Amino acid sequence: MTELQAERTPETLSAPRIETRSFRSRYLDVLIALVAFAVLAALPLFFGSKALLDFVIRCSAFGLFATSLNLLVGYTGMISFGHGMFFGLGAYGFGLLMQRTGVPIPVAFVATLLITAVVAAIIGAICVRLKEIYFAFVTLAFQMLIHSTILTWTSLTGGDQGLRGGIPRPAFLGIDLANHVHLYITSCALLVLGLLLMRQIAQSPFGYTLRMIRDNARRASFIGIDVWRAKLTVFVLAALFASTGGMVMAMFVSGAYPEFAYWTISGEGIFINMLGGVTTFLGPMVGTVLLLNLNDTVTRFTEYHGIVLGVVILFFAIGLRKGLMDYVLEWYTQRRDGSGERG
Amino acid sequence: MLDIRGLSKSFGGVKATDNVSLDFADGSLTAVIGPNGAGKSTFFNLITGALRPDSGEVLLDGIDLAGKSPPEIVRHGIGRAFQVASIFPSLTVQETMLAAVCADQRRSTVLHRRFPLAETRDRAEHAMELLGLANKRHRTAATLSHGDQKLLDIALALVLDPKVLLLDEPTAGMGTEERWRMIDKVRELWETQKITVVFIEHDMDIVFKIAPRIVVLCYGRILATGTPDAIRRDEAVIDAYLGTEEHAEAVT
Repeated sequence: MTELQAERTPETLSAPRIETRSFRSRYLDVLIALVAFAVLAALPLFFGSKALLDFVIRCSAFGLFATSLNLLVGYTGMISFGHGMFFGLGAYGFGLLMQRTGVPIPVAFVATLLITAVVAAIIGAICVRLKEIYFAFVTLAFQMLIHSTILTWTSLTGGDQGLRGGIPRPAFLGIDLANHVHLYITSCALLVLGLLLMRQIAQSPFGYTLRMIRDNARRASFIGIDVWRAKLTVFVLAALFASTGGMVMAMFVSGAYPEFAYWTISGEGIFINMLGGVTTFLGPMVGTVLLLNLNDTVTRFTEYHGIVLGVVILFFAIGLRKGLMDYVLEWYTQRRDGSGERG
Repeated sequence: MLDIRGLSKSFGGVKATDNVSLDFADGSLTAVIGPNGAGKSTFFNLITGALRPDSGEVLLDGIDLAGKSPPEIVRHGIGRAFQVASIFPSLTVQETMLAAVCADQRRSTVLHRRFPLAETRDRAEHAMELLGLANKRHRTAATLSHGDQKLLDIALALVLDPKVLLLDEPTAGMGTEERWRMIDKVRELWETQKITVVFIEHDMDIVFKIAPRIVVLCYGRILATGTPDAIRRDEAVIDAYLGTEEHAEAVT
């Protein structure tokens, strides 16, 4: 009894904190997003380098893709080897809609997201019931299916040539995506908005449902959670952001190529997550910057860049046994716990 | 009232649960005992939907739950804790409770708000306090002691406000002293929460001391039900399970 009474003190202290904490955390995220966007948008004013802007655009495309993969891998424990199919679907969907229908860009954007949602719901309905390795391989199989469809349906997709002749980018709302700076700002806006939305998903009650499923799906079902539905929902949501990444890529290269839907894209997503780490929200973003940087510098020096990348991956996987941000987080927690007790 | 009628389940040729009929009055405390392989855990798994019964009914206040999925059955008010503590290792105690209340309030798919939700707080607090976990609220579940993990598992069931609470060996893997603390806790919860509690237990001292009613399972069938005194004197139970007085001690 005395034990119970003694415990009352921390309860009354922390009681009013919950609402204010979740209220504050959301606005803090919005603030960080706005600052990040402002910094990115200001870059072209200070650096005239087109290569830097190109780099950031590619980071936007792959960052959206890799972070959405982390919603599956890190938050829900669903290791998808086929997530790249939605990247490819976004690029091809958007490219084809623009080439064939001539609708305004925002319409094509939304339509592509709708198509992605339908495809992801169908594929997800088949896959999410499967456990670990089966899930991984069946998603990979669907990826290969979509890739071979793109290759063989030449009349629609241009086969192994990809969507050629450029994607028309008519101006809308004063935004002209044929203009490099406009394209850059739009990519940054999509990246920041996408990250903010994914952050909201991760920190929502649904995000905690995902964590519970990752930790112990059986237990989750015994507190009344429909595990299948939650997994399908996050599968579709993640596909939408991957698709957005694909659209950014299609706008950037003004085309779509079968490699965008090949399994290596999924592989890169997994690489990025391993590099950056899956226990922090921004880990995959850090991983994206690392991998693209590595890719660019290493390919400049040697044609055997695959070996170098392999060594780096092995260093993270076997040496650190975690991604960079996981490592930083651990170091930070240890330092804090060492210098004072935890709250 | 939880009313089990003719519940059966076979695995291959083995009848793990064989035509079991039992009723548990509202607010009753019942111990289920039986030798290893008697079908105690299977019995719980059938009630909670982890296994689909071959035949029979699981009536909770007149509604048949047999064959429904675990989430549905939980929502009807049958909560359970597991033999091996089944928790969420990476969540803190407080997060676990808040998320469980969220699920119970059907808010586990809410996307537009931030976790934790204010309306889940009071119930989470209450459950943590009931089980004496409030001062460990910020501990990650994986770092808790074995006993606290078992308590957290029970808290997870209790925080959903179940009508019936099934505890699969709440004292499994504990030392003698810890066992008694745990079982006192279970008894206290039963008394204060006024819910129906059914628990599986191997320790005969504990069973005979605290359970007003005992069910003995053997080879999937009910061997006997009754008060501790009646069970102690039951010929069939003595033959099949308790044996002589020395055997009874050996079991504990």
